[in-house]
Formats: sequence, C-alpha cells, structure tokens
Amino acid sequence: MYVVVIGGGKVGLNLTRELLAKGTEVTLVESRRDRYLRMDAELGFVVQYGDGTELWVLERAGIQRADLVVAVTGDDEDNILICQVARDKYQVERFISRVNNPRNRQYFELLDIRPAFSATDLILRLIEHEVPDYGLVHLLDLPDEQLEVIEIIVCEGCRAAGLEVQQLELPEGSIVISVLRDEGGFVPKGDTVINAGDEVLVCLDPGLEPQVTALFEAAK
Amino acid sequence: MSFVLIVGSGRVGSSVARNLLAGGHEVSVLDGDPLSHERLDAGQETSWEAAGGRFTIGQAIERDALVEAGIEKADVFIAATNGDNTNLTIAQIAQRMFNVPRVLVRVMDPARAEWYSSQGMETICPTSYAVEMFEKALAAPEAGS
Repeated sequence: MYVVVIGGGKVGLNLTRELLAKGTEVTLVESRRDRYLRMDAELGFVVQYGDGTELWVLERAGIQRADLVVAVTGDDEDNILICQVARDKYQVERFISRVNNPRNRQYFELLDIRPAFSATDLILRLIEHEVPDYGLVHLLDLPDEQLEVIEIIVCEGCRAAGLEVQQLELPEGSIVISVLRDEGGFVPKGDTVINAGDEVLVCLDPGLEPQVTALFEAAK
Repeated sequence: MSFVLIVGSGRVGSSVARNLLAGGHEVSVLDGDPLSHERLDAGQETSWEAAGGRFTIGQAIERDALVEAGIEKADVFIAATNGDNTNLTIAQIAQRMFNVPRVLVRVMDPARAEWYSSQGMETICPTSYAVEMFEKALAAPEAGS
C-alpha cells in the first residue's frame, strides 16, 4: 500500500511515523520550510517540501499511484481541494480528510469529501459517551455501508423496560448488539431482560433511528 | 442590472466592484479585513455606501457571512480573495449550496485554473495573462529603439 500524507503537523507527522513503523510506504508533504527541514532530518526522503494543493507537488509525491491520500493540513479549504483533486483528477480511490473547524463540515459533505474527521467532533463524542447527560450517542456511522451503531439509555417507564430482547418491537433492519449494565457489557440473548438504567447498543439501517429510540424513551 | 457579490476586496476585487457599481449593477463586497473597505473609497467622490455599494466584514468561508452579504439572491458570484484554495472552495459553495447562476473564480495557479476550468468552472488566471503579456512584449521591438 502506498500512502500520501499532506500536512506535517502533529497529526500528519505522527501518522507518518506509525505507518512507517508498520512497514507502509509513505510520502509526507509539508509546505513550511522550517517544519520540512526538521522532519527531513528525522525521516529523510519520506518527506517532500511543497504546497500539497499544487498539482505538480502532488504528482512529484506520486499521487497517481497512491492507494490512500490523507489530507491533514491545518486549513479546511486545502484539505477539501486536495481530496477533490485526488479523487477527480488522479482517480485515487480512498482518501481521508481532517476537518479543523467543525462548522466547515457542511462543505466537506457538500463536495462529498468523506470520510472527514474532526478532532473536536471525536472528543465531543467521547464526552457524550462518558457523560450520560445525553440519551443517545452515535457511535458509528457508515453511510456507504448503510449502517449505524447507536448507544441508547433505557429510560424508566419506557416501552422496552422489563421486556425480553425478543419481545422488543424493533423495526426490521435493527438489532440489539450489546447491553451495558453495572460497569460491564455483554451480548444479549433472546431472553435477556432489558432493565431501566441499562444502556443498549443498537445496530440499524439508516433512517430507523426514530422508531428505535421511541422504544427506549420515557413515555410522554 | 444584476446583483453581484464579490468576495475579497483586494486590488482586483475592489476595482471590479467599483466598475460594476458605476455600470449600474447592484454590488456587495465581502472581506474579512475592515481596512479593505478603504480601497473601495479611495479616490472616489463619495463613500462606497453613499454610492450605493454594500460592504460586509466576514470570513469568506463562513456561511453566515456569505448569507449576510446576500449570496442567496446573487446573480453573479466573484471569488477574488488572495487565496486560490479559498476561492475554489467558496466558488463551489456558491454553485452547489446557493445555486448562484454565474460564478467566476480567480485562480493564480495556472495548472489548477486549467483543471478546474475543464471541470466546468469559470476560472480567471492572472498569472497566465501576465506570462502572455511578457511574451508579447518581448516579441515586439523594444519601445523607443
């Protein structure tokens, strides 16, 4: 596998080190001269100097044969354009982009630059997971695979509380994959009883979320 | 008369803005730097606003700023900030998110200007013009000789 990483900040540099340690062929492109020189001293020919949004720089880095392009500069416009050019001009099949400002996520989606990861969103997701003020957490969204995993708190007095898993009126295309209870988690069987206060992980087709969550929310 | 939104009030953006306003168009300018407003006033008899122009301070990439500057009813969108990547991104936002009928984008890098043009964008590349002018000037006999 050949990976081209654009942007030698903390994310790009550490990612490059990890990939090299795994024996992956990597080129890292950095546009700041001082950063480039520092990284060149450590990583040598793996690092190239240049503006990774320019076509000749990408071509010099061998983007034509890249299996994966990772755009992790500190600038969202740059990351968007790098991925767009990689996909549409160089037919790179896989790319990953970093979103620096979560408010720009809409533009990544608008131009179909996916997946795009934002550190802010990831930390927010962890907070939601750790702090149970939120009833529902999106653990995983795989739009291409038509799959979501959500975590739901089983509320007191909801339709699901006290029922066995097999009695739940879950819509077709959804399944309870794990029950979190007393600091632990387990995969439920058909006769496992769901209690109020449990958290359940549900795997579901996109769009079923309202039907699924209705079972676990307190009756209104 | 059309409503033109120009993002970036540098030398190019401000000149185009003034000419369009003088030509009877409705013109709104968006720039992140409040001082860039002075370029619109410089050498004019009245202030930009008194002459009928609009000016919004805001980041080009911010949706709210674009809306405040009137992108939703713009007939023409001109991306003329000093950054190619910003211009190419906001031009696509104008096209795809706000369906602006005509979008012009300044791209200094000839290679990308050409490629994005092949993708259906209306790009203007000052670098290519400069190269062409130099070559033409050099091909012509030296002035005064």
